[in-house]
Amino acid sequence: MVSQEMPRDASGAGASFINDPRIRGLIYQAVLFVLLVAFVYWIFGNTVDNLRRSNITSGFGFLNSRAGFDISETLISYSSNDTYKWALVVGLVNTAVVAVTGIITASIIGFLVGVGRLSENWLIRKICMVYVEIFRNIPPLLVIFFWYLGVLSALPQPRESIALPFGAWLNNRGFFLPAPIWGEGAWLIPVAFLLAVGLCWFVARRAHQRQAATGEQFPVFWTSVALLVGLPLLAFVAAGFPLTFEFPKKSTFNLLGGTQIRPEFLSLYLALSFYTAAFIAEIVRAGILGVNKGQTEAAYALGLRRRPTLRLVVVPQALRIVIPPLTSQYLNLTKNSSLAIAIGYPDLVHIGGTILNQSGHAIEIVAIWMVVYLGLSLVMSGFMNWFNAKMALVER
Amino acid sequence: MEQTNLAYARTEMAADERPPSKEQGVVAWLRKNLFASVPDTILTLVGLVIVAMILPRVIDWAFINAQWTGTDRSYCATVAQGGIQPDGWSGACWAFVGAKFQQFMFGQYPIDQRWRVMLAGAIFLALLVPLLIPSVPRKLLNAVLLFGVFPFIAFALLVGGVFGLPFVETARWGGLMVTLVLSIVGISVSLPFGILLALGRRSKLPVIKLVCVIFIETIRGVPLVTVLFMASVMFPLFLPAGMTFDKFLRALIGVAIFAAAYMAEVVRGGLQAIPKGQYEGAASLGLTYWQTTGLVILPQALKLVIPGIVNTFIGMFKDTSLVAIIGMFDLLGIVRQNFSDANWASPQTPITGLVFAGFIFWLFCFGMSRYSIYMERRLDTGHKR
Repeated sequence: MVSQEMPRDASGAGASFINDPRIRGLIYQAVLFVLLVAFVYWIFGNTVDNLRRSNITSGFGFLNSRAGFDISETLISYSSNDTYKWALVVGLVNTAVVAVTGIITASIIGFLVGVGRLSENWLIRKICMVYVEIFRNIPPLLVIFFWYLGVLSALPQPRESIALPFGAWLNNRGFFLPAPIWGEGAWLIPVAFLLAVGLCWFVARRAHQRQAATGEQFPVFWTSVALLVGLPLLAFVAAGFPLTFEFPKKSTFNLLGGTQIRPEFLSLYLALSFYTAAFIAEIVRAGILGVNKGQTEAAYALGLRRRPTLRLVVVPQALRIVIPPLTSQYLNLTKNSSLAIAIGYPDLVHIGGTILNQSGHAIEIVAIWMVVYLGLSLVMSGFMNWFNAKMALVER
Repeated sequence: MEQTNLAYARTEMAADERPPSKEQGVVAWLRKNLFASVPDTILTLVGLVIVAMILPRVIDWAFINAQWTGTDRSYCATVAQGGIQPDGWSGACWAFVGAKFQQFMFGQYPIDQRWRVMLAGAIFLALLVPLLIPSVPRKLLNAVLLFGVFPFIAFALLVGGVFGLPFVETARWGGLMVTLVLSIVGISVSLPFGILLALGRRSKLPVIKLVCVIFIETIRGVPLVTVLFMASVMFPLFLPAGMTFDKFLRALIGVAIFAAAYMAEVVRGGLQAIPKGQYEGAASLGLTYWQTTGLVILPQALKLVIPGIVNTFIGMFKDTSLVAIIGMFDLLGIVRQNFSDANWASPQTPITGLVFAGFIFWLFCFGMSRYSIYMERRLDTGHKR
């Protein structure tokens, strides 16, 4: 019998240690690490050198000096005597405003168009398709310019403002709305609303418990609507109608009074909403198509009607498909709001750019931008992940 | 035995009857697709109102009322605005686009040198089109020519300074040419880097993985505008004194970094879809890491993510318009710059220019998305999971 000679030595003596994958891995990582550190050191040295030569102090101390520029649109109080830091906060608030309003509007339009693309109706289907195909294939910046330069600045001068219902006006300086002035006792209304929210939660819980125990159903939705509308209304009446409006008045050159929504905000908001809505529509469509047809058929076989089928079977499953891509669209919208700089809406990037030009602190400003946007992304994706986990299929 | 009498039965086939009118023809189609029920009818009417509100106006503006020829702004302005059009006129000012067309395509590129751009474009098309049509043979040679040889030709043609071609500085580049150069170079650079980053992110070596994750997530978490600002204001600070980099190149690096991070995530999706058996099979054949990756994993993974790659490319093509913000003149930037040309400034100029630029962007993006759908169908070999 010839027995084959087996190598006794499992550790592979004889083979060079260079061929050990673990050692190789360590070497690769060490090389990468050293290269990276050398690169950062080189960049850092150059930067320090360059800054010293152009007499720019580094560090975030400049944030406490006086800003000295005005901001056209502020939600929180700001004057040119405030610090750079406060100016950046104002910018961040403006970013948040346009992002939140944009996300809400884009979701509504996107949902309608997405459902419309699956409509039985040929005409609606085609209109929605044309909408999606147009807006998906055009840069968002162009859409912003389209609204800003093409539509809003082509509106008439303040002297020839277009009158709209309810005392609102439209001209090339923006959209003028009557400003509400709350009188005495108006605080009752938000209190009543909060109370209504609490009651709704309570009702929903009790109804759920009762249905689980006895099988009896309770019209939670309509009760909630009645509570949410009725209680604040009751408070409004009880406080003696504490609301008056200040209407914008036409004068020779401009409209006075009222609330002005500036064209910069309007165009950014409209553009972001319309652009993102096209993507959301596609996501909604994919979500609905992604629910197996058998699910609907099984629900019908169990005797559910069309509406409960949609509400209890199709939508919860579609949501599960929709939420992750929807999150990234919301993040995209938030990031795209930085395009505000192109038309001068004072968001974080625009105000940061102004500070950068004034003070020359490029590195600090870019770092602030990145940290803030990264933070926003993390917060938003954290929230959506939590929501997603709540929605996810609980598998046994 | 009884003979069955079949005299009452037909001996020849009856002629086909027409299908019921409710099932076929225009009326049936209308009933089924537009007026199936009361809500459906209401929806149709709403849709008709929308179409009737938008479509005639658009056609009127873009074609019937449009001003097709002209030499200055007076052709596109009303009498009150100092032009020749009647009051209340509203129409596209295509004359403006016509007059500026060369600029929209080439920017300030010297007029007598523009043949170089066109030649580069023609060579690119001649190499790209056969690569995109699946039935044309010699794909490998074609790809080598396009990705290996063409960049040098294009560089020599566009930048010049060699073979007796005069040097053209990138500050004079502009228009569609810049948009195309930025997006094509950006994508060709970002694809290999994206693949490396994706492999790094899936690597078992912690340092490499960490570096890749930080890079990808940072870039994906911030807007392109900030990356471009970083490229345009921070890169000069990073370099030793006296060393400068071309502004165009800086923008190009910014765009490529941004696209690479997105590409990495697309490629990672493909890598994750490859079953573990493929790695094990390759390992059992004794292939090294790079052999496994190059010969077994990537060919399958990349094929799976072609639609994703094309989508990234479309996104990037659109995103190049953002370089207008850091003061470069791509198609959108140059169109916008021309709005302030006193010779052509009129209320209709901006919207006409934007519609034109939008149409060009739309053509490219729509074309790419259709091609991606076509490739997706073709490559669908059935083992989709």
